[in-house]
Amino acid sequence: MVTLELSIVALIVSVLIGIGVAYARLSPFRAVSGAATAYVEFVRNIPLLLIMFFVYFGLPVFQVTLTERLAAVLALSLYSGAYMTEIFRAGILAIGRGQVEAGQALGLTGFQISRTVVLPQAFRVVLPALGNQFISLIKDSSLAVAISVRELTYAAVRINDISWRIVEVYSVIAGMYLVVTYAVAFGLRGLEGALRKRS
Amino acid sequence: MDVTVVVDGWRLMGPGLAMTLLVSVSVMILGLGIGLLGGLTLLYGPRLMRLVVRGYVDFVRGTPLLVLIFLIFYGIPAVGIPVPNFVAAVISLGAFAGAQISELVRGGISSIPRGQTDAAMALGMTFWPRLTQVVIPQAVARTLPPLVNTTVEVVKGSSLVSLVSIVELTLATEQVVQRVQRPVPLYIAAALMYFVVNFIVSSGGRRLERRFAF
Amino acid sequence: MTDSGAAIIAVAGLRKFYGSHEVLRGVDLTVQVGEVVVVIGPSGSGKTTLLRCLNFLEEYQHGHVYIDGQLMGYRERNGHRQRQSESEIAKLRTEIGMVFQSFNLFPHMTALQNVMLAPMMVRKLPKAEARERGRFLLEKVGLADKINGYPSKLSGGQQQRVAIARALAMQPKIMLFDEATSALDPELVGEVLNVIRQLADEGMTMVIVSHEMMFAREVADRIIFMDEGLVVEEGSPEAIFTSPRTERLRTYLRRFAYNEAVVISAAPP
Repeated sequence: MVTLELSIVALIVSVLIGIGVAYARLSPFRAVSGAATAYVEFVRNIPLLLIMFFVYFGLPVFQVTLTERLAAVLALSLYSGAYMTEIFRAGILAIGRGQVEAGQALGLTGFQISRTVVLPQAFRVVLPALGNQFISLIKDSSLAVAISVRELTYAAVRINDISWRIVEVYSVIAGMYLVVTYAVAFGLRGLEGALRKRS
Repeated sequence: MDVTVVVDGWRLMGPGLAMTLLVSVSVMILGLGIGLLGGLTLLYGPRLMRLVVRGYVDFVRGTPLLVLIFLIFYGIPAVGIPVPNFVAAVISLGAFAGAQISELVRGGISSIPRGQTDAAMALGMTFWPRLTQVVIPQAVARTLPPLVNTTVEVVKGSSLVSLVSIVELTLATEQVVQRVQRPVPLYIAAALMYFVVNFIVSSGGRRLERRFAF
Repeated sequence: MTDSGAAIIAVAGLRKFYGSHEVLRGVDLTVQVGEVVVVIGPSGSGKTTLLRCLNFLEEYQHGHVYIDGQLMGYRERNGHRQRQSESEIAKLRTEIGMVFQSFNLFPHMTALQNVMLAPMMVRKLPKAEARERGRFLLEKVGLADKINGYPSKLSGGQQQRVAIARALAMQPKIMLFDEATSALDPELVGEVLNVIRQLADEGMTMVIVSHEMMFAREVADRIIFMDEGLVVEEGSPEAIFTSPRTERLRTYLRRFAYNEAVVISAAPP
């Protein structure tokens, strides 16, 4: 299913964005943390649909033309990245100063500490929130359709006998999304349980 | 240069913004009504009703908003009930909001410690006076932050009803973009408008939280 | 409904289960009007559960609880037992006041509002009268200057005293105290015990669950020792403390012996 493909790629990219911007938010340099905060606050308050339109129809103005797929992934990643930032910021902060200091005492650089000490632990802490965000991502990816069939949906006229067919189609779609999201949720709970047993 | 496009576009985008606000407010009113009933049913209702509401909430949680909107928007006339587009759109978004708020109401009320209801019961208070005088006033404070979040989601979600031809801000912006072919300043202007609306909602929410805090 | 001979609280064969665990295994208890009964015992003995059965905050499965001659929580119809309606239970509860270990004041109301709420809502008292009664009671427990204070701004001892005033506002015939001082810092315990002592002197019928042995000895007419869901021994404070009959009670009291000795030696001659 295209949706899952999109969602997984967007998940990975948004996680990377999230970690990066989370550290940016925690940076002592006001310009950096300010920019990061601006990104997060702005993106979280505007509709994903608008972001998608901007990426697909607005970027060509800057000579950047993307395929529909790529535009959808980019838009989804930017949107989800803002939420991932907050998730990771909370996770990083939850790993106490003690851990960082232990790493410093051992002579590790800041970057090494983040990579080997803080982030692995933070990941475990934020896994439930990550899982939820992934599920949201799967649902949000349905908007990718809006870019490709924009003309069709905007030109749609409500005729009665078409209505029922649309309902049928969308009922099936809804069913599929339900199955996917529940399967993912189930899988995530299993993953959490397995990780808990390990630690 | 950028700005004149927006100023001209305002003729369409202004009413679009008004429609976004109208839809959002209507959806929140409907959603609060459904949510209050749903939440109370989940907590205190007969088993059958609880299962129905649970099914409703889980269904909405598991499906994308877009799919939900299409389902309800086209579903209502499909079962033979003619309603104007606006009403169908509000009902579809309202179903989303109602499911979320049901969960919030349920969570808020059950977070009130048992000792509070114990004390009220020991004083001889029956169910409704307990609920309205002791439990709900305390639950409101706890429910406000997530409720503000839901409101923001509704404002953002209102952009989706553009796909069923309600001329709210996103569609209005699209229409202007189609005509003047200057997407960037117009999209940015629309984004700023959404941001401002949601910012006002969030700050208003925070002020309300402070008033209800004890 | 009570004549001078009948007990105002009559419990017979009380049994309660939490799932498969039997918490109360056949408790009998009678309390006369004006009597102060203190229930002591180790944790898990069922003392709090017994207290909560008296005003049906806990449901019991077997046996009877009679409050002022009326069966609490159930209606008996041709040998069948039926749970009473919520309003019937609520009505009986107005005769009983309860003070909780964690105070349970309503945090969104001032002290005065806390005290006024039930008389207005349940006894339908007019606001002005409720306010009068509230002021009087808060003054009585020594909190005249805190009537408009919110619970979050009051100390534990003050909160508990408001809780006592709140319970008294319903003019109950019986007062129940569920470890009323266990959650208080030691220096605040005295102010609450003073209020309870005052109520006892005024002739209020009380059932008190407590760990405060000195206080129990001083204020109780009768002491009941519970262990593992049963009443093991009961008697006057003298009998219980100076000549306990059962081994279990002796073991239990030994835990307090150190404290007793310390307190006795610290008491003024």
